[in-house]
Amino acid sequence: MKFQDLTIQDMRQKLLAGDLSSVELTRACLERIKATDSTLNAFITVCEDESLAAAEQADQQIAAGNMGLLTGIPVAVKDIFNTLDVRTTCGSKILDNYVSPYDATAIAKLREQGAIIVGKLNMDEFAMGSSNENSAAGAVHNPWDTERVPGGSSGGSAAAVAAGQVVATLGTDTGGSVRQPASHCGVVGLKPTYGRVSRYGVVAFASSLDQVGPVAGNVEDCALMLNVVAGYDPADSTSVDCPVPDYLKNLNAGVTGKKIGLPKEYFIDGLDPEIKQAVDAAIETYRQLGAEIVEVSLPHTDYSVACYYLIAMAEASSNLARYDGVRFGKRQDPGEGLIGMYQQTRSAGFGDEVKRRIMLGTYALSSGYYDAYYLKAQKVRTLIRQDFLKVFEEVDLLLTPVAPTPAFKIGEMVDDPLQMYLSDIFTIPTNLAGTCAMSFPCGFSERGLPIGLQLIGQPFAEDEMLQAAYAFEQATDWNQRVPEV
Amino acid sequence: MKITEKDVKHVARLARLHLDAADLKVMTSQMDAMLGYVDKLNELDTDGVEPMAHAVPMSNAFRDDEVGASIGIERALQNAPESDESCFRVPKVIE
Repeated sequence: MKFQDLTIQDMRQKLLAGDLSSVELTRACLERIKATDSTLNAFITVCEDESLAAAEQADQQIAAGNMGLLTGIPVAVKDIFNTLDVRTTCGSKILDNYVSPYDATAIAKLREQGAIIVGKLNMDEFAMGSSNENSAAGAVHNPWDTERVPGGSSGGSAAAVAAGQVVATLGTDTGGSVRQPASHCGVVGLKPTYGRVSRYGVVAFASSLDQVGPVAGNVEDCALMLNVVAGYDPADSTSVDCPVPDYLKNLNAGVTGKKIGLPKEYFIDGLDPEIKQAVDAAIETYRQLGAEIVEVSLPHTDYSVACYYLIAMAEASSNLARYDGVRFGKRQDPGEGLIGMYQQTRSAGFGDEVKRRIMLGTYALSSGYYDAYYLKAQKVRTLIRQDFLKVFEEVDLLLTPVAPTPAFKIGEMVDDPLQMYLSDIFTIPTNLAGTCAMSFPCGFSERGLPIGLQLIGQPFAEDEMLQAAYAFEQATDWNQRVPEV
Repeated sequence: MKITEKDVKHVARLARLHLDAADLKVMTSQMDAMLGYVDKLNELDTDGVEPMAHAVPMSNAFRDDEVGASIGIERALQNAPESDESCFRVPKVIE
């Protein structure tokens, strides 16, 4: 069996049975990355020596009978996670030389369970983008069609799993940044409920929306990854102190008797016919699996893109104030005093998309405009959340498309930022409302591009959502197809 | 026009960004398009609606004020563009 065909569960069994060592597995992983990454550009940093050393230790752990959930298994993380003594660029020139002095909590949790962190994955600069074209490390190519984008901002995290470079990754999702690339790359990506996973040590973009999420090749591996990273963390005061279920435990509970809502605002005219067809077929599958399908309404959907971008940009402008050339990052000092140093450092270090968002966010928060823009958006956000809470009184889950079209071509949308923002319409509302949601494969376009299905779950009901995704995966074979890379 | 080049220049100063003449032109037109779009929020009557700061109905996560583990001065300074003993160095502020 080839390395790229193994699941986490396969790897665990082989490691436990002694059929394979972690060193062999890690070597195979590094070779796979070497063989494919000149085509894909999914990695910003590969930690070859560190991961082989960690693999040797893992083999000793396994021999001693200490098997964690991920002991000896190579994984990779978006370059937004602080990773001790490893470069963390966040896809930006301004952090080009930044080496993390500590581990993010999610990274520490991966290590606690024995994972081998083989590298840091490409992303849109500061997680701002839907195509992974806004990276100082260059665009990522979609493994299904290398002329196309993998989606963003966690484009590297999704492409790496799709191409079998690693079996699972971590990304972050502020407005769809795990789910949309998972959809475009034909893998499983999950955005947990806001507060479910600690964000300590994750470079902040929009703090009221950001959430850490796993990407994997199938639902079971995704559930295992969520088991590893979920939970309260005193170091993140927005993480929520409530019990974490074992997401693997009742995965095969099925959907019989579950009520699944179809929000009518998500099935609009602009939807690509191939996407509509795939989603309609998925609805039929759920009906056959015993779920009750009902139409529901989320009346404020049409306002979510405007609401989201105002809030995200305002928060970004504040979060990104820290990149001033004082404590870290690349300083540019033309000798014009402190303010001149700030201006030159930031102007040289940030890319166009990041500057645009800082500018809009600063404007929305500036004196005289705050009430009209930021406060207004916060009020609309309440209406959007209320839509969801109301609908969840009637149904257990919502089913929707992930993106209005399959992956588009690299360069196709770069000159039209607003058009790019509008493509996030189906993923954004869940971040505003704070519910959980996930994307998994439900078909392919005629060109052979993957199409994802989105399930939206109630706050902190990731288990129920994973069960429904698992039932679909068992009933279909969409996730069996792999790209030729 | 929702926003003029003069406004954009002012915002750039607030954001500590330098924009040259060409950048300023592009930025003004892109910000104008975006602000035109977000205007649609004004179609909604939000009188009496509470603003929402984040997604979990939770505020003020207090903890005891106790000294905990920290990364230490050397680690904290390892990425500094310029440092001096235990301090970050910046260009001179006061003449």
